[in-house]
Amino acid sequence: MKNTMIKPVADRQLTNYVSFGQSVRNSFTMAYRGILKIRRTPEQLFDVTLQPIIFTLMFTYIFGGAISGNVQSYLPVIIPGILVQTVITTSIVTGVQLREDMDKGVFDRFKSLPIARIAPLAGALLADTIRYTIATVLTFTMGYIMGYRPDGGLAYVAIAGILVIVCSWAISWIFAFFGVIARTASSVQGISMLALFPLTFLSNAFVPVNTMPDWLQWFVKINPVSHLVTAVRNLANSGTFGWDFAISLIGAAVIVAVFAPVTVRAYMRRT
Amino acid sequence: MNDKNSRKKMLNTGDWAVEAEGLVKTFGDNRAVDGVNLNVRAGTIYGVLGPNGAGKTTTIRMLATLLRPEAGSARIFGHDVVRESQIVRQLIGVTGQYASVDEALSATENLVIFSRLLGLGHAEARRKAAELLEEFGLTEAAKRPLKNFSGGMRRRLDLAASLIAQPPLIFLDEPTTGLDPRTRNQMWQTIRRLVRTGSTVLLTTQYLQEADELADRIAVIDHGQVVAEGTGDDLKASIGSSSLQLKIQNPLELEEACRTVEHVLNVKATVSPEGGKITAPMADADRVTDLLIVLRNAGIHLAELSVQKPNQPWMKSF
Repeated sequence: MKNTMIKPVADRQLTNYVSFGQSVRNSFTMAYRGILKIRRTPEQLFDVTLQPIIFTLMFTYIFGGAISGNVQSYLPVIIPGILVQTVITTSIVTGVQLREDMDKGVFDRFKSLPIARIAPLAGALLADTIRYTIATVLTFTMGYIMGYRPDGGLAYVAIAGILVIVCSWAISWIFAFFGVIARTASSVQGISMLALFPLTFLSNAFVPVNTMPDWLQWFVKINPVSHLVTAVRNLANSGTFGWDFAISLIGAAVIVAVFAPVTVRAYMRRT
Repeated sequence: MNDKNSRKKMLNTGDWAVEAEGLVKTFGDNRAVDGVNLNVRAGTIYGVLGPNGAGKTTTIRMLATLLRPEAGSARIFGHDVVRESQIVRQLIGVTGQYASVDEALSATENLVIFSRLLGLGHAEARRKAAELLEEFGLTEAAKRPLKNFSGGMRRRLDLAASLIAQPPLIFLDEPTTGLDPRTRNQMWQTIRRLVRTGSTVLLTTQYLQEADELADRIAVIDHGQVVAEGTGDDLKASIGSSSLQLKIQNPLELEEACRTVEHVLNVKATVSPEGGKITAPMADADRVTDLLIVLRNAGIHLAELSVQKPNQPWMKSF
């Protein structure tokens, strides 16, 4: 160790607040950490690679004939639906992994560093957009292999993909909140699945809404997942931005605005 | 403005690195820390000695802004740990009892990420990481995942991570627990070098010998309270003999009484101003007679006199 003297306290420039720029930089560094971890343990990508392949195959061939007469005409309905369902389900893993991660000693160091309090959480969530991207690309690819030719064209399909990733990132804040307040990783999984199953299945993701009873239609129509699915269908199948696109983005913004602060607060209180 | 601020800081902080008063933290029914006072002078090594579960770690976690105290207050170089926590974090390095580094990553990756978080640029972070790994003899293992690191290597990496920002105050929670004697000696040397560069070190330990070897002053903690405080020699002396406690009627005579006690018993006495109490190690009981006579002749009246046996409860732990 060098014996150069350290800078005296009086000569240091000290501030008690973290600028927005620093928060963003800190979050990106934490995201870099998340990406390194994914690279070290690629097996944690199993779910995002296998689920889109299996689910797309399964749902299309099981429901295709019954709902749309044949597989070919079901594809424009099911691919956006399954995309939204798969990617949102993937965001549960974010909460579970965050819970596991937080139990490790390294989070103590993050807390003792003069960094933005939100960075360890935001970074982890940001790194997980890689998982959503993999799931998105694989779902569209599976659809293409099975004969799905979206009329919107590649550019609109890409926008649809980005919309799903952005919304899932926003939703992952909800599961991050469960992750922070829950005692164990498996309870995070339990609570999250319980919340997510009704949300994804009580929507227009897999079947036409008009086949459902009236009271269910009422819920399905206000379900944010339905709006997201419709937005993706509009973009991919006809290349249009509808009202649903705006609703999805507004919904995502509201979720982040509510859950990001409560999650960070809960995270700070945890000892 | 900066100039003025820094001057003001200099005046305010004096040379206390840590000033803690009446810290309290409870977990359920357990009062883990129950009114701890600590004062650590800048540039020294301060040892917090105590058995497992005495409240050492909880105390450190409160000082390091990781836990919020329920009562009492603490300042690090004059900055409040609750109200100015972000400033305090710029002044401290924390090395926990369990290595707070990322298991899944390599040593270099760990240090680069911490450096980046502390505001170093990309190239600068790499250079800093390489430099610290070199200093702590970890260069060869730099690329290996931490899963294969020994306890000593992990501890060294953890300490290296705490030194990236060259903090003026470093908390080390049981830095040598579980290390073999050779690695422990290396850790001791590292700690001494840190202080030579102007840092202040606050460490916890379960071993009186270690505290005595390293620390300029020691606080003994048991059941969440400081039960003894002083230099290693003070503590050893206080263990070795009974102590005499005198309460003086007139507080104004406290100083003179203390001088008399020191002169007659030929020892170092301590004064606690709030109670007007003088405590002195009592090596030779016969001399107390002499002392009492001298005090009476000087017209100093006693309110109380007692002898404390050397069976200090905290001693059982060592």
